[in-house]
Amino acid sequence: MTAAAEGSPPWRMTRARRNALLQSEPVQGLALISPTFLYALILLVLPILVVIAHSFWTQNYLTIDRTFTLENYRIALTEPIYRDLLWRSLYISLTVSLFTVILAYPIAYFISFHGGRHKSLWLFLITIPFWTSYLLRVMSWKVILGYNGVLNSGLMGLGIIDEPSTALLYNSSAVIITLTHAWAAFAILPIFVSLEKVDRTLVEAATDLGDGPLRSFLRVTLPLSAPGVISAALIVMIPTVGDYVTPKLVGGKDGVMIANAIQAQFGKASNWPLGAALSVTTMLIVTLMAGATVLIIRALQRLAR
Amino acid sequence: MTAVRRFLSGGWLPSYAFLYVLFLYLPVIFLPIFSINTAATPKFPLSGFTLHWYEDLPRTPALLDAAWNSLIVGVSAAVLSTVLGILAARSITRYRYPGRRTINGLIMAPLVLPEVIVAISMLLVMLQLGLSLSLFTVVLGHVLVCIPYSMTVLTSGFEGFDRSLEEASADLGESAFGTFRRVTLPMVAPAIISSLLVCFTISLDEFIIAFFLTGTEATLPIYIWGQLRFAAKLPGVLALGTLLLVASFLLMTIAEILRRRAARRTQNEGGLYA
Repeated sequence: MTAAAEGSPPWRMTRARRNALLQSEPVQGLALISPTFLYALILLVLPILVVIAHSFWTQNYLTIDRTFTLENYRIALTEPIYRDLLWRSLYISLTVSLFTVILAYPIAYFISFHGGRHKSLWLFLITIPFWTSYLLRVMSWKVILGYNGVLNSGLMGLGIIDEPSTALLYNSSAVIITLTHAWAAFAILPIFVSLEKVDRTLVEAATDLGDGPLRSFLRVTLPLSAPGVISAALIVMIPTVGDYVTPKLVGGKDGVMIANAIQAQFGKASNWPLGAALSVTTMLIVTLMAGATVLIIRALQRLAR
Repeated sequence: MTAVRRFLSGGWLPSYAFLYVLFLYLPVIFLPIFSINTAATPKFPLSGFTLHWYEDLPRTPALLDAAWNSLIVGVSAAVLSTVLGILAARSITRYRYPGRRTINGLIMAPLVLPEVIVAISMLLVMLQLGLSLSLFTVVLGHVLVCIPYSMTVLTSGFEGFDRSLEEASADLGESAFGTFRRVTLPMVAPAIISSLLVCFTISLDEFIIAFFLTGTEATLPIYIWGQLRFAAKLPGVLALGTLLLVASFLLMTIAEILRRRAARRTQNEGGLYA
């Protein structure tokens, strides 16, 4: 590093000053992180900018027409197919994040408050199924819910139903069940982390001052764990809105989501600008929905105190 | 009345936890069960035990190709993302500078973005740059989604790392590289190996990005996806899926044990995300 300073540059800097600058904490830190940062810039930020640019262009067969237009957004927002798919995707991701958070909270609470010595073992036990292939987990739900599947053959074997039910697979409920299962661990971890930060003496104080278990939970523990609930809701809501595999495998006609339409625009339909506009619209709307969720949870948190 | 009281005191929590774990594991367990069943469709009652579906696997050339491709992609993605993860995690835990949080947020962003959107954005840029789609483009994509996980594992290993040990080594005349090799590296080695295993597992199981960014070569999840169209091939897919499940399970267990060892060395406890 010092060798570079020796070839007297025009803007001559004394060697000592230059060394001091090179060894300063911000420069070293930034230099160290720059390869990773550049990687994320080139493969994440740049691509997203390119998608945004495409969403304002049009395509004639194989050539892209670069004149600015809002036509793609008009199609994305007003064409009934895309509007319906968008609404359905938002509805599904909202329902899934609600279910996962409600189902996950007691588990996170249990591990944090009653986990004792085995906290990390519990966490490990809960996360391990999620390191297995997502594709395989969705596939196993297909095996369970299918016409000749586990649930149907099991229920028939028990004599509860006479013929296989077709209501289980290929609809949005199947998508919701599968996604709720697939994202469970992602909701537990942030809630657990925020519950761990709850000062136990505050809960004791509430009890000492005459609050019952429910009241002290509602007025102390729950509001204090709100940050975890918020991040759990967001970490499930944002990715699930763009899920592709689950609707494709278990959704059938009634469970198609916006990601399937986006993929079609980049594949068979080959209309990149429209696909780009659909992606941008989805991201914007899910960001709005996420913002609204944060505001609602914060308002509830204030009410509870 | 007593029922309400018991509910409020949380006596139901252990049984709820048990049911929840059952809900998490049950769907996954059906894959191995039906992979050793003689019937070609997965349904109850089971018809008999066989290893036939497993015996067929090594006789499928397309599958062997896919496995080889997955291995190449997984190893390259794991090494690259761990190297980039080490640099970033070291910078984040060791230095204080303006913009640190923003940069960290950007690097972690792929974790919370819809994968389809990440995949198609990269696809657009790669096609614009005239890169032909191949296993190489899949590796580029996998590195992007692996870095956040690598960072999480590595920061938990680097945090609480006693800087005075490095200073002592430098004071005693060791060069910067020597200090790194003889002091820093041995301390963080378990975290690095853990990161390699985690990234390999993610890459091995990752479908969406590979699906969009690959040319004609398939990785294992893409091979499975292609086979799902044929009902008759399902038992073979279940057998292959079971092998993948076992591989992921083993790799992640080893990774977690190593990560804990690393965390203990630097006196820092917590889960993979904690």
